[in-house]
Amino acid sequence: MKAFIHIKEISKHFGDFVAVDNVDLKIAQGELFSILGGSGCGKTTLLRMLAGFEIPTSGSIEIDGTDITHQAPYDRPVNMMFQSYAIFPHMSVSKNISYGLRKDRVAKKEIAKRVDEILELVQLTELKDRKPDQLSGGQRQRVALARALIKRPKVLLLDEPLAALDKKLRERTQFELVNIQEELGITFVVVTHDQEEAMTLSDRMAVMDSGQFQQIGTPKEIYEFPHNRFVADFIGTINIFDGIVTAVDDDRISVYSDEAGETLTALGKQLVDVGQQIDIAVRPEKIFIGKEKPDDANDVCIEGTVHDLGYLGNRSLYRIKLSSGKIVQVSSQNRRRSVTRFLDWEDKVWISWKPRSAVVLLDK
Amino acid sequence: MSNDANNELWRRFAIAAPYLWLLVFFLAPFAIILKISLADPILAQPPYSPAFASDGTPSMSLGNYSFLLSDDLYAISYLRSVTMAAATTLLCLLLGFPMAYGIARSPAATRNMLLLLVVLPFWISFLLRVYAWMGLLNNHGAINNLLLWVGLIDAPLQIMYTDFATAIGLVYSYLPFMILPLYASLERLDMDLVEAAQDLGASRTRAFWDITWPLAKAGTIAGCLLVFIPAMGEYVIPYLLGGPDSLFIGRVLFDEFFLNRDWPLASAVAIILLMLLVVPIVLLQRAQARDEEPAA
Repeated sequence: MKAFIHIKEISKHFGDFVAVDNVDLKIAQGELFSILGGSGCGKTTLLRMLAGFEIPTSGSIEIDGTDITHQAPYDRPVNMMFQSYAIFPHMSVSKNISYGLRKDRVAKKEIAKRVDEILELVQLTELKDRKPDQLSGGQRQRVALARALIKRPKVLLLDEPLAALDKKLRERTQFELVNIQEELGITFVVVTHDQEEAMTLSDRMAVMDSGQFQQIGTPKEIYEFPHNRFVADFIGTINIFDGIVTAVDDDRISVYSDEAGETLTALGKQLVDVGQQIDIAVRPEKIFIGKEKPDDANDVCIEGTVHDLGYLGNRSLYRIKLSSGKIVQVSSQNRRRSVTRFLDWEDKVWISWKPRSAVVLLDK
Repeated sequence: MSNDANNELWRRFAIAAPYLWLLVFFLAPFAIILKISLADPILAQPPYSPAFASDGTPSMSLGNYSFLLSDDLYAISYLRSVTMAAATTLLCLLLGFPMAYGIARSPAATRNMLLLLVVLPFWISFLLRVYAWMGLLNNHGAINNLLLWVGLIDAPLQIMYTDFATAIGLVYSYLPFMILPLYASLERLDMDLVEAAQDLGASRTRAFWDITWPLAKAGTIAGCLLVFIPAMGEYVIPYLLGGPDSLFIGRVLFDEFFLNRDWPLASAVAIILLMLLVVPIVLLQRAQARDEEPAA
């Protein structure tokens, strides 16, 4: 992959605190890349280094072949959409949007033309003379986006772009954002703590913790093939069983887990040895639940009782208690229309999954 | 009486209270002063002629005002006061803005400490602080002694009893009145806005003039008024630190009232001073109100 943004061994220290710890990252041109992590994981510091508001303690950043590590924010071919939107309260919508072009001393005619174009793109044409305090949250978000896009930056940085919107608006805006990105072909780097946002927006994403990337990949790779326990646990819900490898065959391994009270089989060409301590992880939606023990001998089957259940309309959530006391979460589609419960509290049930559904987590 | 009517009564009272206050403590005294300014000085108690003669005919004249306009002394004093107050305001703004900015941007713990330091001088009597400046500025004072000791000068500098000393005293005394409102508006300023301006191509200086300065305007105006108005009528500082012939309007006012016992003329001086202050304030407030109107 040809790197359009190349972050090389970058670190940022604030006194003794290491916010970003020796991070490497390549992002391709036109990619929509998300950095996902909890608060204080270093994602915002990384974004601010891309924008030029923080100077790295060590390492360098290249954009399109040019080292920009020490360039001032106003010299970079990068624009940022702030989490607070940072709309200038004393300027009208069109003055806000044209600000960047005015600072670059673009000709007045050209400014007017480009403002009109971008207003159309974000559907704000009618509101161009409004003051920011007369706008709704969604409108403000679009002003911020238009203002950051109008200079046609090589890279657009978005800090929690949807966090301030309510749920319905957020879902609609997610798709709008992706459409705009595809239309303009600008490379987007999004920082977010919201995994759903990262999953739906991104071409690729990175999961960040304690200043380091835990995994970089497509949303699918990260969800289905998490590298380690942190990523598995951070993205979505997952059931994790501690275990010891008891046998390694050609393509499958057997792991005995005290918590499961069973030997769990999983696919894996991973380099594991008999006797090694590993984790087996299964997503709730990959687990079948039923009153009868399933026939397929290849499946992993464990008996338990319904500890708790929740009806969510499209699906039901079950918390199944195993004999070891371990709680396993199961999510099941409600395919049949019925008002009576298929399962009830304290019912004896069997949970099962295909060996290929289980994830083997090596490092803890 | 029903609860609603009771509430309504309270609401009206709450709205009326500030108006009542202004009426009793501002408008009424103003009317009295205005009345006195139209009278003639007489040797009596009170020392001015009544507004109506004994036969009931009004005996008021604009004589005091025409006298004020005919004698250069008053025009010069007004001008000097305006100049001095304007200079004081400008210096306070130049000193106060960076200080207020620094305080607003410092960590929360330090911020309270710094604010405390700004208001700390108020714990000492104003007069005492001006006397302290006399001790610092006079020919055998701390500043001259230090400069002599270092060898920068051979003979003491005449600082005391000059306009320079008055300016020092004024700036020193009124600086907190500039810092506090500026701090209030700068503290509310979202730093994201400044960063956003820089991100969009503005240099630090440009971002300051485009974002910080206009958004701190309310604080700047408040601070300037809080400094300019009292500095304009200041009496004690020019009297104690300035020269004996320093003609500031506050001094003239005092002399007319207490030395010459010419209450009508002194009242006329006060009325004109008030007009000089009220007109720019009203204009400023109009401009501010126009700015805050949403763009149509």
